[in-house]
Amino acid sequence: MAKKKPEQTIRSDAELNRELLHSMLLQRRFEERCAEAYALGKIGGFCHLYIGQEAVSTGSLSVLRPDDYIITTYRDHGQALARGMNPRAVMAELFGRVDGCAHGKGGSMHMFDKSLNFLGGHGIVGAHVPLGTGVGFAIKYRGGDQVCICFMGESVVNTGAFHEALNMAGLWKLPVVYVIENNRYGMGTALERASAIHDIYERGASYNIPRAVCDGQDVFAVRAAMQECVDRARTESLPTLLEIRTYRFMGHSMSDAVSGTYRSKAELDEYMKRDPIMLLRMHMQEQGELTEDDLHKLDDAIKATVQDAWDFADASPEPPLEALFENVLVDTTSDAAAEAVAAD
Amino acid sequence: MPVITYRDALNQALREEMQRDDRVFLMGEEVAVYQGAYKVSKGLLQEFGEMRVVDTPITELGFAGVGVGAAMVGLRPIIEFMTWNFAVLALDQVLNSAAKLLYMSGGQFNVPIVFRGPNGAALQLSAQHSQSFESWLAHIPGLKVVTPGTPYDAKGLLKAAIRDDNPVCFLEGEMLYNTKGEVPEEEYVIPIGKADLKREGDDCTIVTNGKMALVAMQVADQLAKDGIHVDVVDLRTVRPMDVDAIKASVEKTNRCVVLEEGWELAGIGAQVVDYVQRECFDLLDAPVYRVHQADVPMPYAKNLERAAKPDAAKTIAAVRKVMYLE
Ligand SMILES: Cc1ncc(C[n+]2csc(CCOP(=O)(O)OP(=O)(O)O)c2C)c(N)n1
Repeated sequence: MAKKKPEQTIRSDAELNRELLHSMLLQRRFEERCAEAYALGKIGGFCHLYIGQEAVSTGSLSVLRPDDYIITTYRDHGQALARGMNPRAVMAELFGRVDGCAHGKGGSMHMFDKSLNFLGGHGIVGAHVPLGTGVGFAIKYRGGDQVCICFMGESVVNTGAFHEALNMAGLWKLPVVYVIENNRYGMGTALERASAIHDIYERGASYNIPRAVCDGQDVFAVRAAMQECVDRARTESLPTLLEIRTYRFMGHSMSDAVSGTYRSKAELDEYMKRDPIMLLRMHMQEQGELTEDDLHKLDDAIKATVQDAWDFADASPEPPLEALFENVLVDTTSDAAAEAVAAD
Repeated sequence: MPVITYRDALNQALREEMQRDDRVFLMGEEVAVYQGAYKVSKGLLQEFGEMRVVDTPITELGFAGVGVGAAMVGLRPIIEFMTWNFAVLALDQVLNSAAKLLYMSGGQFNVPIVFRGPNGAALQLSAQHSQSFESWLAHIPGLKVVTPGTPYDAKGLLKAAIRDDNPVCFLEGEMLYNTKGEVPEEEYVIPIGKADLKREGDDCTIVTNGKMALVAMQVADQLAKDGIHVDVVDLRTVRPMDVDAIKASVEKTNRCVVLEEGWELAGIGAQVVDYVQRECFDLLDAPVYRVHQADVPMPYAKNLERAAKPDAAKTIAAVRKVMYLE
């Protein structure tokens, strides 16, 4: 296959930047309300916030096509929103209501949207990485030119599933971008206390996979790095291991203090100086693309969207009890599926 | 009707379904170039090519997950485990991915996948290579679990499993591959979840599945010589379990023995007994007895292995017990 030169899509025009800012700010405002809803008992179970990492989801997903695939971990609200999931469906899922994206069966850790090729948040650390490889296999099997983006935390690189999945992707040359969101900690365990190799993108070498690292607080850096990986996957059917260095501003989950035991307040404060939303906003203001007034209007509009999602979720009924036994199995076979397609 | 081996019956099912639907592919260790560790996939690489008959590294967790991912986006993978003993490394993908995605996604993502391979003990393979996993898998909602005992059932059920839009665990018998039986030339599919009455008699019911169906049939034939006639209810599928067939038989015989290959505690037989005591309480003329592997890891020495395994003699003794002949 001829090597096509990657298309230059790293525009920094005002319109694009506004979209990026909107996407990131929506995640931020949405999750601030999630924390509030959790405190009120409207959201239960495990709830992992993404605050601080928004440039990773927004930057990465901004270079994808609608027919590309995304698969991710339990820390999935940000990516779901960045992919374009309806905030109402995400909030209703968090509230365990029937209008949630999974009708209240999945909750915070399991956001899915088939119409967006959003293949879910998965709760077993590392287990979804082979699934991402399988999506890449299916793309190649069908001769398509889509790409699968597989997000994961940096702790995943120590699991067997990661190793097995990347080996096959390297062996079979599959169009998958494995994105490590290195936020420095897996729960309370710092990367250096868990991985023998600290520049973890280097692990790609073990599988003969191209590898890269970028700054995850700078949405332009994420876009540029991701664009290169996606182009490689699309035009050459090659995987990449992309490490994106970021930081989570909240605790691991709602039960974890923001700082104290495994990281200091001083460290957190240092990282918060590079808040990804603030960096983009400052850039736009410097470029004269955004006035204070614009920013307030944007923020107000986003807050209204989030309030609408909250109100929608609050008003949505609990799932009916009959739903308990639904969706365990489908009662179709490939014949029925074929007939359904034919009848369309 | 042609008489073929269980192995060839499976091979025919794979071939026919791959011809019928180009979304179906076979993946696993040694399935392609080597033609299958047990030669079940013989000739498939030559017919379908390396994109559809895929050799993997020794990476059970990984390739089981690859199958699930491919199934989520529209392919229909058949994942071969060299044996189910090794599938334990992939159990996370069976339990936490394949069996859960439909439910967790609120019905958005079904996973049409078949996990298949030999299950249970062969001969003198010792403890790690001689295990029956149907009760482990049958415990999990979101799966179907199929354990055919004859070539006819193997072919018809494998075709059904491949066409099913749900994850199906398909447990073959390592000792069954060379066994022979009648398999029609014309196409047929056996519905998953239906038991088969393999022998008929009024005196006692033997409920069984998988490889033990053969033992049960031997037992039936032997007992018939002594004038004892038993129903052999071959479950064929252990999840969902055909409780109506069990009930219908026990209503007729009033006595029941459960024969299974695995261990006793929380085994398939325990579930059968649960149904029988509730559904047939007033009909029973004797307690239900179970025949199963001894509650030990499988030993290597011939005599110990024989002592550990369920067999015809142990089953006959159980039948005689529930008939108060002993
Ligand atoms: C196999 C497995 N082991 C343990 C856990 C519990 N657990 C959930 S998240 C987590 C930390 C993962 O950290 P990382 O992959 O870096 O992602 P992050 O949470 O930072 O996004 C652990 C240990 C789990 N879900 N799965």
